[in-house]
Amino acid sequence: MELFKLTAHELQDKIKKGEAAPKEAWCALEERIKSVDNKVNAYVRHSQPVTQNPQFIPIAIKDNICTEGLNTECCSRILEGFKPPYDATVITKIKAANLAVFDLKANMDEFAFGSSTENSCFGPSHNPWNLECVPGGSSGGSAAAVASDQAFWALGSDTGGSIRQPASFCGIVGLKPTYGRVSRYGLVAFASSLDQIGPLTKDVEDSTLLMNIIAGHDANDATSADIPVPDYTKSLINDVKGLKIGIPKEYFVEGIHPEVKKSIEEAINKLKSLGAIIKEVSLPHTEYAVPVYYIVATAEASSNLARFDGVQYGLRVKTDNMIDMYKKTRGAGFGEEAKRRVLLGTFVLSHGYYDAYYLRALKVRTMIKEDFDRVFKECDCIVAPTAPTPAFKIGEKTGDPLSMYLSDIYTISVNLAGIPAISVPCGFTKSGLPVGLQIMAKPFAEEVLFRAAYTYEQNTEWHKQRPKL
Amino acid sequence: MAIDRKTVEYVAHLARIELTPKELEKLEHQLQDILGFIDKLSRLDISQTPPTSHILSLSNVLREDTPKSSLPAEKVLANAPSREADFFSVPKVIE
Repeated sequence: MELFKLTAHELQDKIKKGEAAPKEAWCALEERIKSVDNKVNAYVRHSQPVTQNPQFIPIAIKDNICTEGLNTECCSRILEGFKPPYDATVITKIKAANLAVFDLKANMDEFAFGSSTENSCFGPSHNPWNLECVPGGSSGGSAAAVASDQAFWALGSDTGGSIRQPASFCGIVGLKPTYGRVSRYGLVAFASSLDQIGPLTKDVEDSTLLMNIIAGHDANDATSADIPVPDYTKSLINDVKGLKIGIPKEYFVEGIHPEVKKSIEEAINKLKSLGAIIKEVSLPHTEYAVPVYYIVATAEASSNLARFDGVQYGLRVKTDNMIDMYKKTRGAGFGEEAKRRVLLGTFVLSHGYYDAYYLRALKVRTMIKEDFDRVFKECDCIVAPTAPTPAFKIGEKTGDPLSMYLSDIYTISVNLAGIPAISVPCGFTKSGLPVGLQIMAKPFAEEVLFRAAYTYEQNTEWHKQRPKL
Repeated sequence: MAIDRKTVEYVAHLARIELTPKELEKLEHQLQDILGFIDKLSRLDISQTPPTSHILSLSNVLREDTPKSSLPAEKVLANAPSREADFFSVPKVIE
């Protein structure tokens, strides 16, 4: 048995039964990384364990989650060499849970700006199912690492789909928790009203186990919710009888790839045959989600990225004038997409344009949230595609930012409304690329997501497929 | 709403980002495209809708005013691109 192929819970069981030693798991993973990561480029850094203990299950960490003393660079030149002086709360929790923390840092789009992991200063990651394709993004390194058995599980962050879309493209499970469910302390901020950390895993059970560790209130994050955390493993119930599932008609219109549509329809039929009650619903403001997002997210990003000025950490381009130092440092340190977003965000917040763009977007955000509130009065969850297409080719969309932005059309509303959503594997295209099924629920109803996702997974074989590398 | 070269230059100045002429030209066109797409929002009647700046209805998250220890200066300064003693060093600001 090759240990690297196991899920985290399978490995945990083996260790408990004495059938595998923790050290063997790490060695197997190290070998696997050595033999395939030259093709996948999932990691930007990997090295020996930082902590060692009995429940030795390594985890891959997106490069925007602070780990004390270990480089955390957001795949940006401006943060080259940055070693955070403290751990993110999720890392503190992982250490407290007796899990090993390694320097296993996963590739990403710079500052999480992107949908393909092509905007990384370390070069793109490749989709393990087809190396000419992107793994999705921005948590593309995390997703590619899990899908190619180079990680038992991983942490990512999701601002507009950055966990779910790569999970869909790579054929794994990705969860965006409710806003406020997981502490953002130590997550390098992109858009503070949208960002959430969440798990990328090989199956639903691992997702519940990781959520049990990372969820909960944190005094260091004023926006974290002081609401008790249930034991999510109790939601691993293989039964959806009577579960009311809404299918939003706006998610099946122009732009959806026919093979994605077919896979999703088959998944819906599967859930129906397992006893779920299926009902068509409407989220009428869906088409406005992408424009709202590119105002709200870039406005918040332009403010959050003001801290990268060459004074306290990271890159500094030396000049003898302060303003020039800022300009040259940021000009040299930010990549193309980061510049584009900071400029757009600065523009929509600038004098004379604030009401026309930013304030208007916040109002339409209310409408999008109200769409969900209405639907959740009559449904337990909503089922839709995670992405309109399977993974696209590397380079296909890099020249056209707008078409890249539209690849998040089905995931963005969830962040704007602050609700939780999960992507689970639900099929493959004829050319062998994975398709993801997205399930959304009302705030703090992760248990509903897990139950629906687990039932679907246990009655299908998609999650057992692995790419040949 | 169209965005012209002068506006892009001004916004880049506000954002403190130096851009090459080539970057400016590319960004002018791309920002025009993106803003054209965003203009879709003007179709909606927003007169009766309040803004949502934050999704959780949290207000005034306060804690006890108890002193806690801070990070040691050495740790804080460890990433400094330039330092002098216990200070971050920057170009002269005041003439």
